[in-house]
Amino acid sequence: MDMYRILKKECLNPTVTLMDIEAPLIAKKAKPGQFIILRVDDEGERIPLTIAGTDKETGAVTIIFQIVGATTELLNHKEEGESITDFVGPLGRPTETEGLKKVAVVGGGVGCAIALPIARALHEQGTEVHSIVGFRTKDLVILEKEFEACSSKMVMMTDDGSYGTKGLVTNALEELINAGNEYDEVIAIGPMIMMKFVCLLTKKYNVKTVISMNPIMVDGTGMCGGCRLIVGGETKFACVDGPDFDGHLVDFDSAMSRSIIYKPFEVADHEKVCNLFKKEEA
Amino acid sequence: MPNMSLKKNEMPQQDPNVRNKNFSEVALGYTEEQALDEAQRCLGCKARPCMKGCPVAIKIPEFIAKVAAGEYEEAYQIISQDSSLPAVCGRVCPQESQCEKFCVRGKKGEPVGIGRLERFVADWHRENVKEDPVVPEKNGHKVAIVGAGPAGLTCAGDLARMGYDVTIFEALHLAGGVLIYGIPEFRLPKAIVQAEVDNLKKLGVKVETNMIIGKVISIDELMEDYGFEAVFIGTGAGLPRFQNIPGENLNCVYSANEYLTRVNLMKAFKDTTATPIIRSKNVAVVGGGNVAMDAARTAKRLGAENVYIVYRRSDEELPARREEVEHAKEEGIIFKLLCNPVQIYPKDTDDKFQKGFVGGMQCIEMELGEPDESGRRRPIKKPGSEFDLDVDCVIIAIGTSPNPLIKDTTEGLDTNRHGCIVTNGEDGLTSRPHVYAGGDAVTGAATVILAMGAGKAAAAAIDKDIMNK
Repeated sequence: MDMYRILKKECLNPTVTLMDIEAPLIAKKAKPGQFIILRVDDEGERIPLTIAGTDKETGAVTIIFQIVGATTELLNHKEEGESITDFVGPLGRPTETEGLKKVAVVGGGVGCAIALPIARALHEQGTEVHSIVGFRTKDLVILEKEFEACSSKMVMMTDDGSYGTKGLVTNALEELINAGNEYDEVIAIGPMIMMKFVCLLTKKYNVKTVISMNPIMVDGTGMCGGCRLIVGGETKFACVDGPDFDGHLVDFDSAMSRSIIYKPFEVADHEKVCNLFKKEEA
Repeated sequence: MPNMSLKKNEMPQQDPNVRNKNFSEVALGYTEEQALDEAQRCLGCKARPCMKGCPVAIKIPEFIAKVAAGEYEEAYQIISQDSSLPAVCGRVCPQESQCEKFCVRGKKGEPVGIGRLERFVADWHRENVKEDPVVPEKNGHKVAIVGAGPAGLTCAGDLARMGYDVTIFEALHLAGGVLIYGIPEFRLPKAIVQAEVDNLKKLGVKVETNMIIGKVISIDELMEDYGFEAVFIGTGAGLPRFQNIPGENLNCVYSANEYLTRVNLMKAFKDTTATPIIRSKNVAVVGGGNVAMDAARTAKRLGAENVYIVYRRSDEELPARREEVEHAKEEGIIFKLLCNPVQIYPKDTDDKFQKGFVGGMQCIEMELGEPDESGRRRPIKKPGSEFDLDVDCVIIAIGTSPNPLIKDTTEGLDTNRHGCIVTNGEDGLTSRPHVYAGGDAVTGAATVILAMGAGKAAAAAIDKDIMNK
């Protein structure tokens, strides 16, 4: 069986890791906004992760993940040169960037990893990019330089004020809008609660807003229907219809409720895996 | 002298109250004595009416004669001339509406147990014959198969036997399609599917998993850049359908696809695997087909106390195989017939982690009116007959619509208004030259054996196409 080698591993902060996975065919085809599904080992679950970047030369596909459950913990214990069992993609529809003149890209937490390739693509096609990135606290800040490099304006926000400006990304966005910036579109990627409030704000100002959903999936190819959500009153599937949707039409409350179904499993399994690694280290 | 018993040899089975708590196979298979006895019921009719009922035209009287003579490997060789997956078909084919329907013995008494004999022969071969099949001489032509389900595996097997260099591209991490993700272990052990796939590999078929054709490589690229002279699309059924009733997005409302995939493909029923599934106490399965039966029986095995089949027509109209319905009833599945869901209630609680979960389901009683365009009597709501079902999980098994990935990424590939790929009928040629399709991707959700029949017909057509180039 083909395995997928880890070409590079880098800890971006204590809970967020970057990996380059060798998958040349995917690297050749993937576009910003698309995702992959991976399994760490034979007993593993399939988890979706949005692609954070690609390198056609080396065949690397970059993923950036937060360690939240058993699978991401296991993945984080893999080292450079080791392999994972399954890696499939690119899945989902790419983010539409054509024709946009001026865009505000809003990233929250690890969501910044997905927002970055979109900001880059926009910048490269000549779109004026304003980036607003938000984190809980200074220690969790990632990709700051990378955002600076592709934005004509960048605002750093932290919840506790330990870095950048104290406050939420919505505060910064509202300020920029009130300062007279007219955006063709806002692209917001981060925790669902953040995306919900960005959408409430932009609705008020009537600015089109695209968000990227990352719901629970099994196959990710349009078969299981686990990733369904309500958009404009209709059932849509994030894996084939998304993951990008018009944020003003998304039923966030239902989506948030669906996202916690396996929370108790996640917590228990994560603990189990952590204990296993602790024993090994002892 | 043939065996003139009017009844088939009964299939040995696990006791219903034992098997509804485990995932081991329900039917245990004939012993050699039973197989010999059953084979002697075949009259060996010259006209071979049974063969007309078989979508892959297995030479049924010939293989049964070999069984009767105790020549099991010879019997296997006869079956495998026409079928790539005998151990699978012997288990999941609806023989009662195919080969056995036309068996002369069925006119007075029960038909010959053709499916059970097929299963016996395939299992005998797997357990007793260790030699690898002879790899056919290669003819130097490359064919790509998209999807490793019954249609794709059959098409691949037939082409490989003709000498083609065949590569199957599968989106999931395992080959088998619905045989792996859909049909449960207790009806079709996954080790058997794996053995059938391994047999194809021994014939020289290459299987590339984790390949999402349409996204990572397009159909056009397969032909232009990778040198495949023809492509067969067997991508199967796609997205689950829902009823669009209130509460369908609550937690613990599963599509049958998701529920079964978690349990079958991802093995959520084992403690060692990482994929979670909620083990519910009271489960309603909406729908009356084979998939609904599979989901209900799976829920029971996961420990549910009460499992209901909620179906809007009556027992007579249940689309599932009779055998599956009987098995489900024996295992304690409760049939709520002539009733339909109205809405699914959320749990009545202040606990924020429980609020979004299923708390019950409202149903309404139905009665049957005049036949509709499908020829079946149309179910009509009985006003004022609403009642509540106490459930904490609802599984929707009312069908699927085709997967859009290939359609959306292949220019000039015609599909109908349902999204099914349009073919010229018998040989599966699509609107694109050298591109063939078959199985659920063409017909919408149907059976394993019909998909295999389509894969077989397409293999013959592809051979003609390439040889006439």
